[in-house]
Amino acid sequence: MDQILSLAATNLLSPIILCFVLGVLAALARSDLNFPEAVAKGMSIYLLFAIGFKGGVSVAQNGMDLQLGLSLLAGVILSALLPLIAFWMLQVMTGLSRLDAAAVAAHYGSISIVTFVAATSVLESSGIAAEGYMVAVAAAMEAPAILSALWLISRGGDGRRMDGDLMREIMLNGSIVLLVGAFAIGVITGDEGLARIESFIVNPFQGVLCLFLLDMGLVAGRGLRSGGAVLRPGPLLFGVLMPLVGSLFGLGAGLLIGLSTGGVALMMVLSASASYIAVPAAMRVALPEANPSVYLTLSLGVTFPFNLTLGIPLYVAIASALTGG
Amino acid sequence: MKTHLAKRVEITIETVMQSRLTDALTRAGVTGYTVLPVLGGSGRSGEWSRQGQVSRGQGMVQVICIIKPERVDDLLEAAFAVVERHIGVVSVVDCEVLRAERF
Repeated sequence: MDQILSLAATNLLSPIILCFVLGVLAALARSDLNFPEAVAKGMSIYLLFAIGFKGGVSVAQNGMDLQLGLSLLAGVILSALLPLIAFWMLQVMTGLSRLDAAAVAAHYGSISIVTFVAATSVLESSGIAAEGYMVAVAAAMEAPAILSALWLISRGGDGRRMDGDLMREIMLNGSIVLLVGAFAIGVITGDEGLARIESFIVNPFQGVLCLFLLDMGLVAGRGLRSGGAVLRPGPLLFGVLMPLVGSLFGLGAGLLIGLSTGGVALMMVLSASASYIAVPAAMRVALPEANPSVYLTLSLGVTFPFNLTLGIPLYVAIASALTGG
Repeated sequence: MKTHLAKRVEITIETVMQSRLTDALTRAGVTGYTVLPVLGGSGRSGEWSRQGQVSRGQGMVQVICIIKPERVDDLLEAAFAVVERHIGVVSVVDCEVLRAERF
């Protein structure tokens, strides 16, 4: 317990979390603090490239093994399974319609890459190593959840199916292409490649992450302000409970595969996080009747801040305690 | 200067549906259109602003095309098949153009 509290305190007082909190407070106070769209996009491209590249270099250093394949498989299974659990919880805990519940469930099977990036940053600053290929697991977990959500809806007698264009858009969305592409470049070029661009992707990383999380705080704060109407006790409780449930599944998978302490923590983070970039776009195409303010407020306004402030230190502490790390 | 009657169709729709809409318009024989970004607005789905959107799923665009009056029904049928279930507005107004052969 002391370890959890100590990690939580360290995490809460880190520059990246304080920047996020500043953004939330500024938005709630209706400040005009704002990042130009192109700057926010540029920072997200930088972060995805840096995290993908560094993950690839780590794989180049340590080599590929069976664990990589098992981790990818576990990620796909978790992403497909978690929406079913989320859907059941939503039906028990909230009064959401079947359509809204399925749309929300899809978000909780998929992942938040920003939460993943923040978690890797916490692990690095705590000196806990993680498998570099967890970046590839993150990419693999984006899409299966969407298929599960559509299956849930089709079970209810709605005959809608995933069209080819939507499938292509999901599988080849910019974040996945950049993350997997940078990962592949990292694997191919290894240490030599890293040495050439280290001054660009390693040293400025924390500073860019701070600014990016400041922007995400503004976005989350605005979401909370405008989506307050959907924050009834049931959905609110779900937004906090579901990441904990998801993290337990991630914990089980990580331990079963035999991942390192950092790997287990990241598997927990991936299973606990909820998408707010790829899945909302897919839901607008596939389930346009579902209410976007419900799923965006829950994933971006409730679960994302929860994971960033309390969830990550909790997952890291649990992973450390159970793996002896 | 001589002008020619035409129809200007304005379709405000979610960004995620843009390529589906323009593909449908092209298949319906539309030879040209213009896409504009939408900064924000308010309607049945509530207030919306482009500011601070993190997902492509939250953006809106406006697709404008100008065509000969006799072809407007085909265009609207093609457009409606795409936008029917989605947030957005479709409007048609009369306009005049200088070079009729371009539309």
